[in-house]
Amino acid sequence: MKSMEVVRLTDEAELKQFMTRLLQRSPAQETEVMVTEDDSALTRFANNGIHQNVAERDATVRVRVVKDGKTGVASINQMSEAAAADVLKRAVAIADLQPRSEVVPMPGPAAARRVDAWSDATASATPEERADFVETVCAKAGRAGLKAFGAFSTSAGQFAIANSLGVYNHQRSTQATVNSVVMGDAGSGYADRGAIDVRELDKNELADEVIDKAQRNQNAQPVDPGIYEVVLEEYAVAEMLEFMSFMGFGALAVQEERSFMRLGEQITGEQVNIFDDGLDRTGIPSSFDFEGVPKQRVELIKNGVASGLVYDMQTATKEGRQSTGHGLPAPNTEGPFAVNLFMKPGSAAKADLASDIKRGIWVTRFWYVRVVHPKASIITGMTREGTFLIENGKITRPVKDLRFTQSILEALNGTLALTRSTKLQVSEYIGAARVPAARLKAFEFTS
Amino acid sequence: MGSVKGVTIREGSMEFIRQAKLFASTEGAFIEQELFESGAGIEATATSPDDVQNRSYPNSFGRHQGSAGYEYITALELDRHAGRIAEEAVALLSAPQCPSGVKTLILDASQTALQIHESCGHPTELDRVFGMEAAYAGTSFMTPEKLNHLQYGSRNVTITADALTPTGLGTFGWDDEGIPAQRTFLIKDGLFVGYLTSRETASVLGQQSNGTMRADGWNRIPLIRMTNVNLEPGDSSLAEMVSETKDGVYMETNRSWSIDDKRLNFQFGTQLAYEVINGKRGRMLKNATYAGITPEFWNSCDAVGGRAEWRVWGLANCGKGQPPQVAHVAHGAAPARFQHVKVGILK
Repeated sequence: MKSMEVVRLTDEAELKQFMTRLLQRSPAQETEVMVTEDDSALTRFANNGIHQNVAERDATVRVRVVKDGKTGVASINQMSEAAAADVLKRAVAIADLQPRSEVVPMPGPAAARRVDAWSDATASATPEERADFVETVCAKAGRAGLKAFGAFSTSAGQFAIANSLGVYNHQRSTQATVNSVVMGDAGSGYADRGAIDVRELDKNELADEVIDKAQRNQNAQPVDPGIYEVVLEEYAVAEMLEFMSFMGFGALAVQEERSFMRLGEQITGEQVNIFDDGLDRTGIPSSFDFEGVPKQRVELIKNGVASGLVYDMQTATKEGRQSTGHGLPAPNTEGPFAVNLFMKPGSAAKADLASDIKRGIWVTRFWYVRVVHPKASIITGMTREGTFLIENGKITRPVKDLRFTQSILEALNGTLALTRSTKLQVSEYIGAARVPAARLKAFEFTS
Repeated sequence: MGSVKGVTIREGSMEFIRQAKLFASTEGAFIEQELFESGAGIEATATSPDDVQNRSYPNSFGRHQGSAGYEYITALELDRHAGRIAEEAVALLSAPQCPSGVKTLILDASQTALQIHESCGHPTELDRVFGMEAAYAGTSFMTPEKLNHLQYGSRNVTITADALTPTGLGTFGWDDEGIPAQRTFLIKDGLFVGYLTSRETASVLGQQSNGTMRADGWNRIPLIRMTNVNLEPGDSSLAEMVSETKDGVYMETNRSWSIDDKRLNFQFGTQLAYEVINGKRGRMLKNATYAGITPEFWNSCDAVGGRAEWRVWGLANCGKGQPPQVAHVAHGAAPARFQHVKVGILK
């Protein structure tokens, strides 16, 4: 018999009542309460079989108080009245122990535009449905003499924030993600997908992509390191954007003089347009941030010019402007963060990206990317699961994975083409990016 | 740090953890453990219009942490080192770039610890070897046919997994399958001789588990995790290594780290470096990086510091698994020297 999954989230009216009561009993001058609740499940597979099925339900109640010019934050993962009293008491006790210092202001009420980020199909996805998807990938890989590995997760959750100045915002959301590595005796391929609605994940399409990549990536031979013209698939482009966000799109990084963003200056090629939009449903939308401020669309790079930054309450107050709705949960020393990233597509077909390249490298994805120098936007990492040599406009053979050490801005300065199609990449950490594939003039592989 | 002109960001953090863990099984185990951790660290950042440099103490990326109480924090003497790291951060802004070339490389103990973590700890996890992490953390070049055959390093390299090391973040009484904590060899006199195992994976090789299964919380399943993976002390010292080096670079405190999914091709960067010329420490260098291939690198190890410079380095950010888990592990290490290493990748 098939299992019937019923998502187990607290009713919104009950949740709001819980938060209101907590605010009312606070002795602090200002109080903020944030609740996240998640009901998630994951099916993991290796060597063409499922080896792990897990599911969990968890909630976090985080309280920030400002009392006599001092701030305290405490959290707990229960939603009972006793838990609320305990977490509030601890937040106040922490504030009392602090020295008086700069207080991050809480926002006043502002209506956040509701954005639909929910799918009943995802919320009610069963272990059998995940297993059915996995079975297709494993069976196809098995028939091709290959082995499939990966993970398929579905989750439903809600996030609500309220403060004593009158803010109350609430959002429900779902997410389905699947990734797979398929291996042969002498090489592997990769594919992943992410969506709000699990029905958008096509098991045959994913299986065919990863198996095709694995079959083409057997017996790779080394190629000399050096500077090559490259095609970066969407997986790699999205990771570059994520690292740009981490290193430099936030206002705090600029205020602290550690960002590569030089506002008003041309920092990449003119074809490059990057923006953050929490309300665009082709991403993974969120209508307000972790301080309760409604999301604004922010143009970060426009026609290659550094155009804007994302702000939270602290950085916005410092510059006498409004937060753009990009705050992280308190206590936060990282500053605001762009988590709904988009790169504007171009006009090229992906199949044509290599056609004018005399000698270059096709990169499927990056792996283990780390910052080498944030102000110069230099990162290092490896290529993985599908690195190919391009000769005279055609992919001719797989090559062994290469290490790159490269400035992102310099790489994007040589943007020659972007595809008209885009792909949604759900981040391993927070947020998502929708990006095209790219052809870049120069990319340095160092070993 | 605030009194040093040019420092733009000053950071400090402390973390204290008390974990109560109960394990019971139908095989008769009923184990109760209470585990404590304390950690702290400070960092100074200096910036100029086109550069940003940072120095931290005692380690980077947050703090230095151990299975201990507050005495661990006071022993760090953070206040004694604050001025020094602030001055170093500012000095790095005007320091020359680390030159490119193939040179002798001397690592401080904390960077040696991370080198052990990435290039020996992870590839000896037997679940990785069997593909259980293939779609995320990757696999391993240290496949079973290499066991007892691969000359992983020089004879100076002996690496143990020791869950009994005092103050180690990988120190406990029993793992999360109820296996008692123990000390086993991974690398003995340079030879690859053992894995980190679980009950399920060890049985595939006809072995018993050596007790490395840990979950990062109540809502995660146990995975094979490093315990305290230690490079056993040698008989050299940092001063001796420097005095014997004609043309080299000394690197200290990690700044960036990256390694491929089989744990072969790595590149590390450090916050601070000095040139070493004709047995003497020379100029301060910035943006220092080095790269290599794991067995070639460890086989080039010609000196390891002795017990006096050996220390247990806590690492509280080791990621693995789907859903992701973060393990707290440790590495005993002393300064170590390597020959013919590619340095100065960043030109």
